[in-house]
Amino acid sequence: MLEGGSADAVRELKFRDPARARAMVDALTRLTVDIGRAPVSVMHVCGSHEQAIAKFGLRAVFPRALNVIMGPGCPVCITDTPEVDEGVVLARQGVHIATYGDMVRVPGTALSLADAQAEGAKIHVIYSAAQAVDLARSIRDDVVFFATGFETTAVATAAIVLNGVPDNFSILSAHKYIPPVMEIVAEMPQTRVEGFLAAGHAATITGWGVFEPFVARHKLPVVVAGFEPLDILAGLVKLLELIRDHTPQVSNMFPRCVTREGNLRAQDQLWKVFRPTGGRWRGIAHVPNGNLRLRDEFAHLDARRRFTIDLTSLWDYAPPLLAQSCICGDIMAGISSPSDCTLFGQECSPEKPVGACMVSSEGACRIWHQYGGHPDLRGVA
Amino acid sequence: MMRRGLVDDRLGLKYGAGGRAMRALVERVCLAGLGDVPVDGIGLAAMDDAAALRVGDRWLVITTDSHVVQPIFFPGGDIGRLAVSGTVNDLAMMGATEPLGLTCAIILEEGFSKADLERVYASIREACREAHAPIVTGDTKVMGRGELDGLVVNTTGVALCDRVVSDAGLHPGDVLIVTGTMGDHGMAIMAARHQLALEGDLRSDVAPINGLVRAALDAGGAGIVAMKDPTRGGLSSALHEMAEKGAVGILIEELAVPVRAATRAAADLLGIDPLVVANEGKAVIGVRPGAANAVLEAIRRHPLGGGAAIVGRCLSEHPGAVILDTGFGRRMLSEPEGELLPRIC
Repeated sequence: MLEGGSADAVRELKFRDPARARAMVDALTRLTVDIGRAPVSVMHVCGSHEQAIAKFGLRAVFPRALNVIMGPGCPVCITDTPEVDEGVVLARQGVHIATYGDMVRVPGTALSLADAQAEGAKIHVIYSAAQAVDLARSIRDDVVFFATGFETTAVATAAIVLNGVPDNFSILSAHKYIPPVMEIVAEMPQTRVEGFLAAGHAATITGWGVFEPFVARHKLPVVVAGFEPLDILAGLVKLLELIRDHTPQVSNMFPRCVTREGNLRAQDQLWKVFRPTGGRWRGIAHVPNGNLRLRDEFAHLDARRRFTIDLTSLWDYAPPLLAQSCICGDIMAGISSPSDCTLFGQECSPEKPVGACMVSSEGACRIWHQYGGHPDLRGVA
Repeated sequence: MMRRGLVDDRLGLKYGAGGRAMRALVERVCLAGLGDVPVDGIGLAAMDDAAALRVGDRWLVITTDSHVVQPIFFPGGDIGRLAVSGTVNDLAMMGATEPLGLTCAIILEEGFSKADLERVYASIREACREAHAPIVTGDTKVMGRGELDGLVVNTTGVALCDRVVSDAGLHPGDVLIVTGTMGDHGMAIMAARHQLALEGDLRSDVAPINGLVRAALDAGGAGIVAMKDPTRGGLSSALHEMAEKGAVGILIEELAVPVRAATRAAADLLGIDPLVVANEGKAVIGVRPGAANAVLEAIRRHPLGGGAAIVGRCLSEHPGAVILDTGFGRRMLSEPEGELLPRIC
C-alpha cells in the first residue's frame, strides 16, 4: 500500500495532517455558528468511525454545538439475543460452531458461546469465512458457521457459498443490512438526527447510490466518509454544509474507494445468496429488511432448516439479573451514553462483559472503557 | 464502590501484567501488614522501583526481580540480559547508578539444555560488564519436569547513593523526557511468541541504562525530580503511576513520542497501542522546566539515548490522569488492565 513500506510514512500521509485537521475543526465551528441551532445532532452508523473518533481524540475538538451520536454500527453489538441463543443451543447439541472471535463472548439469554465452550461445546474462532469451510473439510462432524456482520462480511459468506462447501457445512446467518436501520433511527423521536455519516467500507460494496431513496424519503443528508481523522472531519464539514444549506442529498467524501454503483460483482453474489427479511436488532427495534437470510435455493445450507434448534432447552437457566440493568439498546439508538449505565466500568468490563457493547472493539462501551469516555478536554492548557 | 480494586479468588495472568490488576493485587494482598513497617526512607508502601534505606548520610538502595520471559531467547536479548538489566535499571531509577553487586538465583526445569544455560550465563556476564555490576552471590536449583517452564532467574541488586529520586516527585510545569523509542521489547517478544512473520527489524531494547541515567543526573542535578522505567504496562502504566503519586495531570504529545517504524507497524497490525507495550532499556524522566534541555542533550549524547525526546508536561488540572494529545484531538490515555492480547477481529 505504501511505497517503500515505511510505517512512519503513515504519519506523513495527507490523511493524517494535523494542520489540515485544525483548519477543518475551525470550519466545523463556523458551520455550527452559521446553522445557529445547538446542538446540531448527526449520527454515524459504524463502529470503525467511533473507534477512529475515539482513538484520535476528535471529540475533544468538535465544537460544543455539534453532537456526533454513535448509532447502531457495531455488528457484534446488534446481533440479537435469540440469535446468540440459537448458536448456543446448536453448540450444546454437539455441533461444531465456527464464528468470529468477539461473538464468542456476547451474552445470550442465559449463556454465551464461551460459557457453552466451558461446558464442553466445540467452538472455533475463525478469522475468515473461508476458514470455517476449511474446518468443515478437516473433520467429519457437522460444522455450523455462525455468520455475523454487515454487508461487508455477508459478501464473504456469499462467496464461500457460491464456491461450494462440503456436505457437513451449514450457515446460521445473523448477517445484517445497514441501510434499513437508518430509516428506523431517522424516525425515532428521541434522536432528532439531522444527518448521517455513512460507513465508507460498507459503501465500497453497496455504492453511495444506495442511500438516495433514504434521502428522498427523509429529507436528511447522508455523507459517505472514510476512517482516517481527516476523512471523518471532512465528512462532518460536508454534512454540516448540507444541513446549513437545507440540501438533503448524498455526498461521497470517500471517492478514493467508493463509487455510485459500488462493487456490482459483490452485490450480485450477496443477493444471489441472501434475501433481506425483517428482524430484531438487539436493543434497537424490529428492522424491516434489516436481516440477511439464505435464499430458498440454499435451504440445504441453512442451519435453521437443517437442525431442530430447541430454544426451550435454555429455559432451565435463569437470565442473569445484571443483564436487566444493561442499557446497550439505548446506547446503540443514540439515546443514552455509557456513562448513563450503572454497570459501566463496575460490574461490566471488557473482561466480564454484561452487555454486547462491552465485548467488541467497535462497541460504544468498550471504546469508552479503552479511551476514557468523553471527558471535556477542550479547556486543558 | 470500585470493583476495579477487588482481587479475584483465583489469580489470572492479568495480575502479573503490570497494569491496574497487578497494582490491586500488590496493594490488597502483598502489602497488607507489611507496607506500614516504619522505614526511614522509601519502603514497600511507596511501590517504587526499589527501596531506599538510610545508612549514615547515604542511601542503600535495594531491589529484587524474578524473570520468566518466554521465549527465553528473543531478538535483541535473552532472559539473562533481561535479569541483569531489569535489576540494574530499577536501582538506577532511584538515582543509584553504581551497583555494589547483584545476586543471581536460577531455578531450572529438569532436562533444561546445558548449552542454553551457558548461553544465558554468557549474556549475564556481558550485561554485567556493560553495567559495571558484579554478580556477588547466587543460587541454583533444579525442579522436576513440568514443575516450572524452563528457567526462572531472580536477581537482587544493592547500591549506595547520595540522593534518592522517587517516582512521586512530579509538580505542575515539570517536563517529561523519554530516553528513546517506546514498545520495542514487548513487540519483539509478542512477535517471537506468536511466531508472527512480520517484516522489519523487531528487536528488544533490553539493556542496562545506569550509565545513561548517570549522565542525565550529572547534567540535571536536583532538576531531575522523578524517574521510572516503563517496563510492563509500557509508558502508559509508568505515567499513570507517576501522575497518581505526584497528584499531577500529565499531557503527552503523541506525535512527539518516539516509536520505531517496525514496532509501530507490528503494533498497528495487532491493534495494540505501542504506549502500553513494555520497554527494558528506557526511562521516563521528570525534569524541572529549566533543566529540561541540558538533561535531554546529555541523554542524547549517550550511546543508548540518541532517540530521547521531550514528550509531555505536568498540569495542575486532572490530577492522576494522563491526557494524550494526538495531534488531531485529545483523549485520556488508557492504562492497560491486564495481559495484552492481539486484536481478534
